[in-house]
Amino acid sequence: MAGRWRTRLGILSAATVLAGGLTACGGSSTASGTPTLNWYVNPDNGGQAKIAADCSEQSGGAYTIDTSILPRDAAAQREQLMRRLAGNDSSIDLMSLDPVFVPETSEAGFLAKVPADLQQQWSDGVVDGAVQGASWKGELVTAPFWANTQLLWYRKSVAQAAGLDVTKPLTWDQLVQAAKAQGTAIGVQGQRAESMTVWVNAMIASAGGEVIENPDAKGPDIRLGLESDAGKAAAKVMQDITAAGVGGPGIDNRDEAATANLFQQGGAAFMVNWPFVYAQGKSAAEEGTMDQAVFDDYGWTTYPAMSEGQEAKPPLGGIDIGVSAFSEHQDAAFQAVSCIVSEQNQAAYMVSDGNPAALESVYDDPQVQEAYPMYDTIRTSLQAAAPRPQTAYYNEVSQGIADQWQPVSGVTDRTPGASQEYIGEVLRGEKLL
Amino acid sequence: MSQVETRSAGDLSVSRPAKRRARGSDKARAEARLGWYLAGPAFVILVAVTGYPILQALYESLFSYRLTAPGDREFVGLKNYGVILTDSLWWKALGNTAMITVVTVAVELVIGFALAMVMHKVLGWLRPIVRTAILVPYAVITVVSAYAWQYAFGLTTGFMNVVLGLDDFDVFANKWSALAVICLSEIWKTTPFISLLLLAGLAQVPSDMTEAAKVDGATAWERLWKVTLPNMKASIMVALLFRALDAFRIFDNVYIMTKGAAGTETVSSLAYNQTISRLEIGLGSAVSVLLFVCVLAICFIAIKVFKVDLARARGEG
Repeated sequence: MAGRWRTRLGILSAATVLAGGLTACGGSSTASGTPTLNWYVNPDNGGQAKIAADCSEQSGGAYTIDTSILPRDAAAQREQLMRRLAGNDSSIDLMSLDPVFVPETSEAGFLAKVPADLQQQWSDGVVDGAVQGASWKGELVTAPFWANTQLLWYRKSVAQAAGLDVTKPLTWDQLVQAAKAQGTAIGVQGQRAESMTVWVNAMIASAGGEVIENPDAKGPDIRLGLESDAGKAAAKVMQDITAAGVGGPGIDNRDEAATANLFQQGGAAFMVNWPFVYAQGKSAAEEGTMDQAVFDDYGWTTYPAMSEGQEAKPPLGGIDIGVSAFSEHQDAAFQAVSCIVSEQNQAAYMVSDGNPAALESVYDDPQVQEAYPMYDTIRTSLQAAAPRPQTAYYNEVSQGIADQWQPVSGVTDRTPGASQEYIGEVLRGEKLL
Repeated sequence: MSQVETRSAGDLSVSRPAKRRARGSDKARAEARLGWYLAGPAFVILVAVTGYPILQALYESLFSYRLTAPGDREFVGLKNYGVILTDSLWWKALGNTAMITVVTVAVELVIGFALAMVMHKVLGWLRPIVRTAILVPYAVITVVSAYAWQYAFGLTTGFMNVVLGLDDFDVFANKWSALAVICLSEIWKTTPFISLLLLAGLAQVPSDMTEAAKVDGATAWERLWKVTLPNMKASIMVALLFRALDAFRIFDNVYIMTKGAAGTETVSSLAYNQTISRLEIGLGSAVSVLLFVCVLAICFIAIKVFKVDLARARGEG
């Protein structure tokens, strides 16, 4: 009899402990009633964690923000977020989203609807491309936080020796000729990854084309614009780079970081890349891993044009902040987003982490101007930039481009048509990817 | 062999009433019951843990279903299998996987046997040191090992291009060089596993047989071919089967080193790409089911064609 009671007591204790554990797992509020918001952030230098701490303090107990770090790769960030959201994971309140994944997240119903007044507030004074990236079907569904763009970086001494007039927009052809004449390379991202789509899209947009002509359409109905004059012009740039032998070592496995290292080490005197390369070069010079003279030789201008007189459409990147549809604290989360994307935080984040702000007014901040002497070039570039295809099927389109346009040395006149056909088949569910 | 034949002949000769008597005895029934009590929970857990996902994958593979568009879910029957089996990408991935399996397992078997001999022969204080040294690569996590090999052959981070005089040749941008490095890392990592299994087999070779052969004047080569290897057959076949199944599911090395670029996709990386990366659950499940069928086929071939006897490998024969 005593044994049976002991057993029952044991089961009761175990159940109590288990229930307590489950409550602890599922709860996201502290005992004081202050909701804890979980913000999934992309890896950075700690800037988002600092903003989270500052906003928590400023909220006066309305909320506390905890940060969880996503993988480094944009595609891997999407994988993790989508899997969690598809499982209605209520532990996500806020998320840092790459603009290219905003349509898919919104279309799936994973984003909480942004109140009209906040839509207005979050888009006021923001560069056009960033507002477009944060919107889907004409409505702002996330808050623009920072808006990245690529610039053309060059070694001043090499550009001068090649006789390039850097005060005027340069073309890809001029770069190829200059690199060939000087025996150097052009740093581009030829890896089979998202960065390849960034490059191809920028060239096609700069040549007046579009990768997707009807982005709102469902997968099988999407019309691609790869097999076009603009697509052929983009393929020709790659063929020219290969033919001139100015791709540099390891072009087919180079991402943005590898390109920055190549430029830093002198393996390439020209490079297209995001502005983080400036902060990276500066700290390398300060730490003594690179000569100060090399860093002083860093020059920058806007993205290369496809032909003379035709304005370039540089790549547009960045991060938008979304509120999860499954968050149990949506009101507090919307308040937190307003704090995160404030002018003050965007300016501080640009200085600390090297990621350009989405708000134009931030570029007038003296601290920003001092930290980033190329602030005006970034602002100009952001105004001219073209977003990547905005579609709920971006992942398929991007992977399809990366698959068909890599290796760079294998690109021919037939590549635009072949990639158009292949991606079409993938979108219609007729091919594996 | 003769032992097995005698036993099976003996089994056939048992008369029906005698069998019934044996089956019907209290002792046999009690033993059978005890067997079920002991193995039952494990059996139930096994079915729950492996059977459920397999059935779920089979079911999902009949749908066109994207995780981020749950409303568009549609029953398509066997269409996904048709798409996969008519796609050249599937056959390329299958070819790569088969090639990696054959090459790595063959090389590992030879090196693994040599290492097993070393571990078996070495005596005294050197024995634990040699055994530990040989087993170190197997203790390294596969992802860590894959990164180490990637860094070693990377153009900016590596030293192997200098050692091999490859200059600026990008190993991971070329299919065959990338597959070669993937195979090398796989061989380095898992040869100790095969050598451990073979060491167990070596320990089972009766020393009196070897000595008798020696006395009869057999050379070392003859002793190896005619005494040692035949006595180790069960261990060798089990090592082959385990490693072949393991190699066929290769994923980590490919994911870290190339992510399937330069034509290095394997069946597992293809399944990952459809299911996890594209979130196309239906198509991905169909690839996974086909991968499962391939694994079953390897087991079937090993057990039926090559007559791998798992019971004998445990020393029950």
